[in-house]
Amino acid sequence: MKLDSIYKEEKKSAFAKLSEIIITMASRPSGLIGLSILVFHIILAFISPYIAPHDFKAIDPTLMLQAPSAQYWFGTDDLGRDVFTRTILGGRTALTITFFGSLIALLWGGLLGIFCGLVGGKIDDVVMRIVDAFLSIPWILAMLLIVSLLGTSTEVLIPALGFFYGKGIVRVARAATHDVIAKDFIVSARARGHSNFSIIWNEIIPNVRDAILVEGAMRWSWMLLGFSSLSFLGFGVSPPTPDWGLMISNARGLMSFAYWAVIAPIVGLSSLIIGINLTADAFAKALGIDRSTKAPV
Amino acid sequence: MTDIIQKVKNLSIGFRSKKGDEILILKNISTNIKKGETVGIVGESGSGKSTLALAMMGYVKHGLYTIGGECQFNSLNLLKMKSKDLEKIRGRKIAMIPQNAGQALTPNLKIGYQIDEALQLHSDLDEKEREKKISELLNKVRLPSPETIALRYPHELSGGQQQRVAVAMALAGTPDLLLLDEPTTGLDVTTQAHVLELLNFIAKDTGTSMVYVSHDLGAIAQVSDRIIVMYSGEIVLEGPSRDILKRPIHPYTHGLLKSIPKLSLAGLPESMPGSQPQPGTIQSGCSFFDRCNFSDDNCKNNSPQLEFLKDLNTSVRCFNYEKLVNESQASQTINKIKNKSQDKEILNLSEVSISYAKQKLLDQIFNRISDDNPTVKDININIKKGETIALVGESGSGKSTILKSIAGLLRTKDGLIRFDENRNLSSDLKERDPNDLRIIQLIFQNPDESLNPNHTVEEIIAQPLKLYFGLKGEELKKNIIDLLQKVRLGEFYTSRYPRQLSGGEKQRVAVARAFAAKPDIILCDEVTSALDVSVQAAVLNLLQQLKEDFGTTYIFVSHDLAVVRAISDRVAVLYQGRLCEVGPSNDVYKFPSHPYTEVLLGAVLEPDPDIKPKLVAEDIVEERPPEKGCSFQGRCSRIIGDICKKEIPPWQLTDSGNAIRCHIPIKELQKEQF
Repeated sequence: MKLDSIYKEEKKSAFAKLSEIIITMASRPSGLIGLSILVFHIILAFISPYIAPHDFKAIDPTLMLQAPSAQYWFGTDDLGRDVFTRTILGGRTALTITFFGSLIALLWGGLLGIFCGLVGGKIDDVVMRIVDAFLSIPWILAMLLIVSLLGTSTEVLIPALGFFYGKGIVRVARAATHDVIAKDFIVSARARGHSNFSIIWNEIIPNVRDAILVEGAMRWSWMLLGFSSLSFLGFGVSPPTPDWGLMISNARGLMSFAYWAVIAPIVGLSSLIIGINLTADAFAKALGIDRSTKAPV
Repeated sequence: MTDIIQKVKNLSIGFRSKKGDEILILKNISTNIKKGETVGIVGESGSGKSTLALAMMGYVKHGLYTIGGECQFNSLNLLKMKSKDLEKIRGRKIAMIPQNAGQALTPNLKIGYQIDEALQLHSDLDEKEREKKISELLNKVRLPSPETIALRYPHELSGGQQQRVAVAMALAGTPDLLLLDEPTTGLDVTTQAHVLELLNFIAKDTGTSMVYVSHDLGAIAQVSDRIIVMYSGEIVLEGPSRDILKRPIHPYTHGLLKSIPKLSLAGLPESMPGSQPQPGTIQSGCSFFDRCNFSDDNCKNNSPQLEFLKDLNTSVRCFNYEKLVNESQASQTINKIKNKSQDKEILNLSEVSISYAKQKLLDQIFNRISDDNPTVKDININIKKGETIALVGESGSGKSTILKSIAGLLRTKDGLIRFDENRNLSSDLKERDPNDLRIIQLIFQNPDESLNPNHTVEEIIAQPLKLYFGLKGEELKKNIIDLLQKVRLGEFYTSRYPRQLSGGEKQRVAVARAFAAKPDIILCDEVTSALDVSVQAAVLNLLQQLKEDFGTTYIFVSHDLAVVRAISDRVAVLYQGRLCEVGPSNDVYKFPSHPYTEVLLGAVLEPDPDIKPKLVAEDIVEERPPEKGCSFQGRCSRIIGDICKKEIPPWQLTDSGNAIRCHIPIKELQKEQF
């Protein structure tokens, strides 16, 4: 048990807290694996343009569907482009778009949820019914509508994804706020006459922050899957930008004789999703939120 | 030796710290439970009393493990048994009654079904016999009309009734040993007295051995034959209950008994300094050393062993118990409270009514509340500057509701709340100006909930200082340290989080936060009921001290009449949101009094085996106040006729200025019922 830390804990700086959380996460095997995968992908996303051995959009009909070789490690695709280059570059777009998408989802979902939980009453009823209404719309159809109206640029995709993945966070943030709102320290702050803003900022956010962050981390991996599905359907980023969903979609017809062209992006996508999921789980455990809480036996 | 039913031998239970050290929760415990005997285990929270009781049914909490020793039940070591074999013993031979029956019962199954389930598991009866047995059990725990109760869901029963159902379920397997973990702690005083009486009856009737775990010496005194006092994972005193309560020969028990407020004594009890050490922090010497008045160098360096004294039939763990053998318990010193209450009125409630009824649409539009029978009605109280007034009643009597309205957290239906003779306080929080909010501060029951777990003590106390006085930087820091010293916590505490503090320390921080606003009135909502007994006295003493220093007025809400007796100048007794009796506390605690006050006073449990509670009225729970007549008509045992049901009783004044609202003439009320 954490006896010593309980008795001797002092206030720490944000950096010290963060590094402590990361160390706790890495002390669990699943957390260490998740973190390593995630960090590997992030580093790759940063350095891939500089280490890519070939030009990702260089089409060469003579090199069509070459098997993996010393020169083309993962082979080439149906247009003769290097699969290795396209795979290591494919994570970049997905990571950037979904990272900022999740941030937007966290911000609007979290704040709206906390606000609804705090004020309650009619406003809460109306807002939550609207959120429910959006939850009932298949998001992929709505996304297709938005993309076909506004195009597939990053400026459209990030807020659109952020909006659709924030709905669930509203519910989580609202529920977490409800847990806190009945506690006496909120009543006490109200009785002292603090403003709603001050109550949200000082009293509620420190207590719901962890739950919302964990939910946001989980949403990140779902959004990644969702974004790749869009690309797969041809509504994500447009060619020739390398993207895993797009690569899988292009190569899946040739799977029977050119498996290499489809395996590389699949491994990239699924390892990143697994990495984020494991990291989010370890993050939750490090913060003391056990997502698989069992009844005490 | 066959009459020993449970034998605990050299039991140690603990956990491993991060560094790998073994930290003991129970240290080498040995004791026996005899057949037909009721043993009370008493101790503060964290003393290991629940861990011991659970070990007696072969259960060790998750995260803890058995380090050594055994628990023998009928010569079977429960701690080494496989869970399959344990299943045959649990429920059939050893049954457990939990603290909160409301949470222990499955909410979506009918009472009868749940008892039937217990019977199916723990007896060999067929369906017909079981049906008979269910109503027999419900009869035994004295639930009215067992047939209808069996068809109800748990939420349709009151807390006391739920606890009775839990007792019935535990009895289903006709166990030889009943373990009770704080079974009456969450209940009202009157209900608590009834449940204890039932347990006494069952112990006699069935001959079951009982182990009764509680922090409340008053409850333990009523049920147990023998008492085990635990401190910091050790048995410090064990013996016949009469001897222990009348002549406690261990300094801890001695101090504990002194720190409990008594009905017969006005004024604050002596408090015990310090708090129980955290597990693993005691290296050498007696674990009670730093709080003990009798300690010497020997106690610091050597740990005393549990010593059996043949002539007293008592075991004690103390080097200096002889100093206490001759001292009797009665020498309770009391700090008389001296309040300089002035004639100036500080708060006046006139005709205050509060309703929880859901507003109809029309009422919402006109922004009014219409309810003919509101939860709280006709409250008229005049509070003088510097006085401590207590609101007393069972749960549901509206005492906290009134407090919330004064704080502006709940809108009143009618009536006026007037501050300082001329300033009307709006019942809507938003309409009060910052100064109106500053003059009234709240202290809550549970400091775990009233302090934000993510703020340090400094940030918690800074909030009112920043909000009302706009303090910053050095000045803010100086004020915070000043306040911490006033509540007898040092500067050292500023950077701590609430979870690093003990219950008493947390409540002190809450007190400091309330005083930071320099308020005129402090509303105390059951401020000591979540605290350990030894800490309770210290907090009460602190509140009294601060009041003398600052001249603050307290409005004190409590269900504990002995605590109220200790601290208040005046008492207002409430039933169903209506006032029954208001008067100086000395007079309220004497005859004549309102029949309801009598019921409350009769149910108080004192840590004295000679004082038995007097159970006057049934512990029925009424959902709503009656439409007409006296609010107490449903439970009153002195009801005099139709007049009680039709007319609201008038206020009658006694000679000493005590106001009683009853139809019975004062002279009649003077006569005791018993």
